[in-house]
Amino acid sequence: MRRFAYHEPKTLEEASRLLVDLGENAHVLAGGTDLFVEIRERLRDVSDVVNIKNIPGMTDITWDPAVGLTFGALVTARQLETLPGVQRTYPNFAEALRLLASIQVRNRATVVGNLCRASPSADTIPPLIADGAIIHIYTPKGMRRMPLAEFFTGPGRTRLERGDIATGIVIPAPAPDSGRIYLKHGRRKAMELATVGVAVSLDRDGDTCTNARIALGAVGPTVLRASAAEALLKGRKITDELIAQVGAQAMAECTPISNVRASAEYRRSMVGVLTRRAVKTAMEATQ
Amino acid sequence: MKQIVELTINGDPQSLAVEGHRSLLDTLREEAGLTGTKKGCDVGDCGACTVIVDGQPVNACLMLAVEAQGRNVETVEGMQQSIDILHPLQDAFMRHGASQCGFCTPGILMMARKLIEENPDPSDDEIRFGLSGNICRCTGYTKIFDAVRSAAAEIRAVRAQEETV
Ligand SMILES: Cc1cc2nc3c(=O)[nH]c(=O)nc-3n(C[C@@H](O)[C@@H](O)[C@H](O)COP(=O)(O)OP(=O)(O)OC[C@H]3O[C@@H](n4cnc5c(N)ncnc54)[C@H](O)[C@@H]3O)c2cc1C
Ligand code: FES
Ligand code: FES
Repeated sequence: MRRFAYHEPKTLEEASRLLVDLGENAHVLAGGTDLFVEIRERLRDVSDVVNIKNIPGMTDITWDPAVGLTFGALVTARQLETLPGVQRTYPNFAEALRLLASIQVRNRATVVGNLCRASPSADTIPPLIADGAIIHIYTPKGMRRMPLAEFFTGPGRTRLERGDIATGIVIPAPAPDSGRIYLKHGRRKAMELATVGVAVSLDRDGDTCTNARIALGAVGPTVLRASAAEALLKGRKITDELIAQVGAQAMAECTPISNVRASAEYRRSMVGVLTRRAVKTAMEATQ
Repeated sequence: MKQIVELTINGDPQSLAVEGHRSLLDTLREEAGLTGTKKGCDVGDCGACTVIVDGQPVNACLMLAVEAQGRNVETVEGMQQSIDILHPLQDAFMRHGASQCGFCTPGILMMARKLIEENPDPSDDEIRFGLSGNICRCTGYTKIFDAVRSAAAEIRAVRAQEETV
């Protein structure tokens, strides 16, 4: 691996100060499953690596029926994936975790790292946006929190500024009558980045949808919310005709590009298929 | 600047002098002289470098040696019980011809060992899911899955016998 200086701060203050003092080629290290790949493939200039894994207070996972699921920045994908409570309460998130890379990678990769890397195809982003997750951030001026839906500004870009460290995530507790799903579409099942990922979380009252959030992955510079498609669902009785309209609206709202994995046209038509399928399944899901 | 990393490798406490940017994989192969663990891609794709750290299988190429400070690392060299007694998985891989060039074998053995520990009677789907981070360019996987199934059965039989004794 190319040379870099290695730092092991013991507190958030110390880590943050290091990142500010060392400048733009100093990077946070959590699981390293993106960072080390980018260093080896020379996608990123790195002078300093700041390992945050010895900072206390970021390894907890807690559940509170009033607050929801809270977990720290050092919690790995595999830890969350194997928790029965996560599988039961957030099957959409659990599915995204199961389909992310391999067990070996998930034993190192953190969910917060997956968010901070801000890939438009990152698997955990669509379900977490659809569930209204909040990200907590340490900044040199104090703690901040923001809806995850507002965190991303472009491919690989977030609202984090130099010296900021994301400390954890809160996923609100689902409404009693609600359904949620994440559908990942790729060329093969395992070790594959999403060609298209669609997450739908909705609240219900019988066969009426009372609230909906739709997040589309890998079809824009960031994971997108299909707000107009969501609006079509809100307060409406779900029929096949409405589902077809919602699928068409989601297709109109996404902005895919063509690359090695798929053409823009293919991605857009898969957004239609997957959105229809996801809305139908989320309406029927019993949790 | 070199740092001293103290860790346990296959039960032996070791202290190795390494630079901060060195991967655990390079350190195992070069500083510790354990070349059983292979480097296929160096970026997490192939699983040839799979080792078990504090009970969890990880890609040694995606971890720094300094991150292994104080940890317990297991590699394929520690798998057999003694010089002439193979682990049931190693034995099954030989019997089933589950290894051709052999480059993927150490990683798959480590991953399969962990899989069987957690789930002594894995279904075909569970074996596929468990080994999906390990690429084999030679065998077409069928014989690997046969060997894993057969070793799992053998391990279950030994356990059942131990329990009745
Ligand atoms: C073989 C392979 C297959 C993969 N497949 C998939 C896949 O199918 N789907 C998918 O979504 N991803 C996939 N990934 C990427 C996935 O492993 C990463 O996105 C991972 O979740 C990042 O977490 P990490 O802890 O490893 O982050 P790191 O690599 O340590 O960090 C990632 C980035 O985030 C920054 N960062 C990390 N934590 C923080 C923090 N707390 N505060 C501020 N900045 C931070 C780092 O500086 C870095 O820029 C794959 C990776 C590999 C190697
Ligand atoms: S060498 Fe580590 S995964 Fe390929
Ligand atoms: S036996 Fe050659 S790669 Fe698997």
